[in-house]
Amino acid sequence: MSLGADNLGIRGRLEPLSVMFEEGQVTAICGPNGAGKSTLLAALAGLIETASGKAVLDGEDLKNRLPRERAQHIGYLPQDGETAWDVSVRNLVSLGRLPYGDEAPEMVDAALEALGLKAHANRPVSTLSGGEKARALLARVLAGQPRWVLADEPLAALDIGHQQALLSYLRQTAAAGTGVIMVLHDLSLAMNHADRVLVLDRGKLAADGAPENALATGVVERVWNVSANWAGSPGERALMVRPPGSA
Amino acid sequence: MSRANAMLLLLLPGAFVLSLFAGRVWLDFSATPNAMVIIAELRLPRALLAVIVGAGLGSAGAAMQGYLRNPLADPGLFGIAPGAALGAVASFWFGYAASAWLLPLFALAGASAAMGLLALIAGRTGGIALFTLAGMMIASLAGAFMSLAISLAPNAFAMSEIVTWLMGALTDRSWREVYLAAPLTAAGIACFWMARKDLDALILGDAAARSMGMRPGVLQAWLIAGVGLTVGSGVSVAGIIGFVGLIVPHLVRPFTDRRPSSLIIPSALAGGLLVLVADSAVRILPLVTELRLGIALSLIGAPFFLWLLLKMRRGHAGGML
Repeated sequence: MSLGADNLGIRGRLEPLSVMFEEGQVTAICGPNGAGKSTLLAALAGLIETASGKAVLDGEDLKNRLPRERAQHIGYLPQDGETAWDVSVRNLVSLGRLPYGDEAPEMVDAALEALGLKAHANRPVSTLSGGEKARALLARVLAGQPRWVLADEPLAALDIGHQQALLSYLRQTAAAGTGVIMVLHDLSLAMNHADRVLVLDRGKLAADGAPENALATGVVERVWNVSANWAGSPGERALMVRPPGSA
Repeated sequence: MSRANAMLLLLLPGAFVLSLFAGRVWLDFSATPNAMVIIAELRLPRALLAVIVGAGLGSAGAAMQGYLRNPLADPGLFGIAPGAALGAVASFWFGYAASAWLLPLFALAGASAAMGLLALIAGRTGGIALFTLAGMMIASLAGAFMSLAISLAPNAFAMSEIVTWLMGALTDRSWREVYLAAPLTAAGIACFWMARKDLDALILGDAAARSMGMRPGVLQAWLIAGVGLTVGSGVSVAGIIGFVGLIVPHLVRPFTDRRPSSLIIPSALAGGLLVLVADSAVRILPLVTELRLGIALSLIGAPFFLWLLLKMRRGHAGGML
């Protein structure tokens, strides 16, 4: 039960890197703009052609899997969160069953329930608030019961309350045995909530490990080119940032 | 069965029977001579053809709007209708249109050529933007060739034939056209049906759809085949009939759950109904020469399109879509 990259490279965006992820963990991918975070995530979801190496699912090249079969294992939550037509929340969530070709109402109900959307099931998505919509989009992924959830900046458009709520849903998902890999811009969230952090810098792996190590002050200063230090105690860390040179 | 399907399945047979009696001559079995012949040889095939052509255009519009995730998409944008029309124009130009089978066959050849070209240009990557641009390029190219053919027409008669035919009509069609269009249109709608789940996946955008197992190249192939069969056969028997593919999915959408898959069959039924009613209306209108069906539908369609644009601009798109 593994997902990872084996010498995986994308021309112009990602230098070949090898990394394996673990189920039941929340892994955050961090890095400055253009570092290749979303590219790595999309490659792990089998969505982009690799220039070298491969994405590996259970020891096998992801390319050898049929798209539908791959989709049964890996749920991917893109960043834009667009919905082209104003369908109901239930219909949106049931799209998560497409890889199986069924509508499995009990799975859809379970996903709605898990994200506290039961009462909103029949509302059109256009009437949802940003926080509710983010939950609905995550519920869509969970309805397919994937072993891996790959989320591209799932917290970007949310206020701090909804960020915490969605994070706790993602943590629950990981606690149930699913591997959660997400791109995060907010380093404090990554520090406090991830089990493991990958730091990418200009297409290269700059750090990988427990948050306290991978996001150590030295790494943050070098990769993001700021003067920074962590305040607070473990689990409640906050990043104090100053412009370079001002310290 | 959805609300939309049930409603349409009630309306369509009623309108169909009514249309058999409607026309310049209102049929009265006790009074009209040869009433049975008029129905069997003129009005029945014409009514069937209206339903077939409308069903093809309506379902193609629903599929294309789902594919492009845009309520303003119309199957005519993709170059297949202009391609078919160019084929038909060629048959006039060479004088082959006098033979009844050759015009639709030329039109189908034109539609196939447009489909082939579309698949050739866009097929490799499966990208939506390239597909749309390729379609628009083929449409304008076919349009340019049509204008060229008209301006260089061998004689005034051929020119007027071409121009009249392009306006789209179901006048004087026979069972032959029904036999040609019915199986092709049915096959085309079946292609859209095959694509319905992938169209649903596209609700969440291209990347999410691919992550759920949608294969862009396969989806595109179903759609090219579907639009080619429905619109190509429609143009080959009736000429260019615009706006049906644009309007019908809009009229139907509020009565469905708004998933593209839920829209294909109701749009086929509603398209059939719209063209049937419009064709009956142009027969009834007391004009010296019958108003061309294509013109009548454009007269309804263009203001509707404008209304749609204005409504979207005012930010009511959420309710519309």
